Amino acid sequence: MSRPIRILVAKPGLDGHDRGAKVVARAFRDAGMEVIYTGLHATPQQIVESAIQEDVEVVGLSILSGAHRSLVPRIIDALRTKGADDLIYIVGGIIPQDDIPLLEKAGVHEVFGPGANLNDITGKVISRVKELRKSRGEEM
Amino acid sequence: MNSNTKKFQTISGIEMQRRYTPQDLEDFDYKEKLGEPGEYPFTRGINPEMYRENYWVMGQYSGFASAREANQRYRYLIEQGQTGFSVALDLPTQMGYDSDHVMSEGEVGKVGVAIDSLKDVEELFFGIQMEKVRQIRTTANATSLILMAMFVTFAKKNGIEPNNIRFFLQNDVLKEYICRGTYIFPPKPSVKLAVDVIEYCSRHLSNWTPIAVCGYHIRDAGATAVQELAFTFANMICYFDAAAERGLDADSFAPNIFFFLGAQVDLLEEVAKFRAARRIFARLMKEKYGAKNPQTQSLKIFAYTQGGALTAEQPLNNIARVSVETLAAVLGGVQTIATSSYDEAFSIPTEEAVTVALRTQQIIAHETGVTLTVDPLGGSYAIEYLTDKIENQVYKYLQKIETMGGAISCIEKGFFQKELADSAYKFQKSIDSGERVVVGVNKYRDDKTPRIPIFKVNDEIAEEQVRSLEILKKSRSNNLVKKSLDKLYKAAEKNENLGAAIIEAIANYATIGEICDILREVYGTYRPPTVF
Repeated sequence: MSRPIRILVAKPGLDGHDRGAKVVARAFRDAGMEVIYTGLHATPQQIVESAIQEDVEVVGLSILSGAHRSLVPRIIDALRTKGADDLIYIVGGIIPQDDIPLLEKAGVHEVFGPGANLNDITGKVISRVKELRKSRGEEM
Repeated sequence: MNSNTKKFQTISGIEMQRRYTPQDLEDFDYKEKLGEPGEYPFTRGINPEMYRENYWVMGQYSGFASAREANQRYRYLIEQGQTGFSVALDLPTQMGYDSDHVMSEGEVGKVGVAIDSLKDVEELFFGIQMEKVRQIRTTANATSLILMAMFVTFAKKNGIEPNNIRFFLQNDVLKEYICRGTYIFPPKPSVKLAVDVIEYCSRHLSNWTPIAVCGYHIRDAGATAVQELAFTFANMICYFDAAAERGLDADSFAPNIFFFLGAQVDLLEEVAKFRAARRIFARLMKEKYGAKNPQTQSLKIFAYTQGGALTAEQPLNNIARVSVETLAAVLGGVQTIATSSYDEAFSIPTEEAVTVALRTQQIIAHETGVTLTVDPLGGSYAIEYLTDKIENQVYKYLQKIETMGGAISCIEKGFFQKELADSAYKFQKSIDSGERVVVGVNKYRDDKTPRIPIFKVNDEIAEEQVRSLEILKKSRSNNLVKKSLDKLYKAAEKNENLGAAIIEAIANYATIGEICDILREVYGTYRPPTVF
């Protein structure tokens, strides 16, 4: 990759279980990405501001509390409203199969559940970013 | 692969020998290392009869949506034979937000019951013979004083002497900074509030459990068995030292405390862990805190089968895992067990799944014979070796933590958090590489989508709670609420025990959010360092 991938890993809402988010953040870092991690209890506003200020290409949201149905679309909409149009969105945590269509409709590209493999996650993120950069006519 | 190249390590990384012999236990002295069950150092168990006299409390963790729905689940499980239960609280309640707060969006009633005021508690316990339940737990940590106040007031309003209901408050805010997240204020004032609960209970509520120092959540965040115990003990020392500063010596409250530990699936290591925990605790109580009373020296343990061992893939496999975890806890001699349900990688449990989890405990109790004798694995060369090993490694960690300034200092420096992040990453890599097998995940996979019923919490609960709050605020005396909140503010400024002031505010139907906002004004809020 000509420039490193910048990714925001966020814990929106009140869920305090960050083992997965941290393990994934570290895997991204080990794969050469520049990772910004929000820590717990990030508000949608904080996430939006961070994503824009840090000029990320990927936003990862980790939620285990069941609040994903309201928080994820809200965050994505807020980012689009601010003009951040072509970000890649990945979601992890406890996401029932039945909710995946709703999230995809809201703009989520990948949902990684329990048992997801780190190589798989980083691989998919990298290929999504490559696709996106290609479509923008960017150098890879 | 021959046995020279394959690693033989427990899930915590302890190397296991091919076999153990008396040579591995050179210093072994029965009286010094084990003692009789019920005798110092309590390695074999905290009383002579253990399960021959009374089974452990079988108390499932449940609660969701409204108090009314949670109440139905408690009553159902009591009918099915549970002897205790735990009130799961939703995240807004645990974090001191009312259901109508902006931070509560999407969270109301999802992981536990929504409690905004005393009104919700009244519905929670409807139709339950409270004094007959062996133990009623709740996951209030930052908000433990408030839940204490709610339970006390509920009892009084129902003509029950509060001390006749055996409430069990988790009240362990330190682990929240390390790995669970439901903290509100900075560490020092939060410890002060935790000790307020301990002090209030030691004076007025001698049957209650005022604190359960937790290792379960630390384990779930990635800790090894050694780290689980070491960080738990470090937190315990912090609370005990803070209590001592207030003139509360160990004998005055420690007989009532619990440790809340995980029961992982690596059976031998877990049994050794529980035994080591008792031995370490006994020695600390005696040598560090000068406790003379055997009740003070003997550690009561609540074990929860470790959720982190369960998989979303092939969920019925989890029934086998939970059975082994439960067996580990029973062979480890614990006092209370909660068993996970096989569907908990997906959601909070369905009624069917939680019933199977309860039956697992009942089958082990009644059908397996392991309860017929105390500490059946005592004297096993492997178990005694492992018990000693874990004990020694925990002491090494405790020394390190002490030189770093103790639990609060380690939290503020991010030390515990970094240790956990490192362990968790290492563990995940070992699964991804296939070095550590997780059945159904990296071996014996099938690519079927699991087809099990999944519990769903309806989203309307938030609206109901918001409406309830509006009605509450119109029907209570807002004047009395304001007066009691002012009183609370003054008591907090004067650094008094806030038990009485919060009880008064709760009795006037002040909400959790209103009370916590006062405390936020006094103590401020806090974010620990973020390390990964």
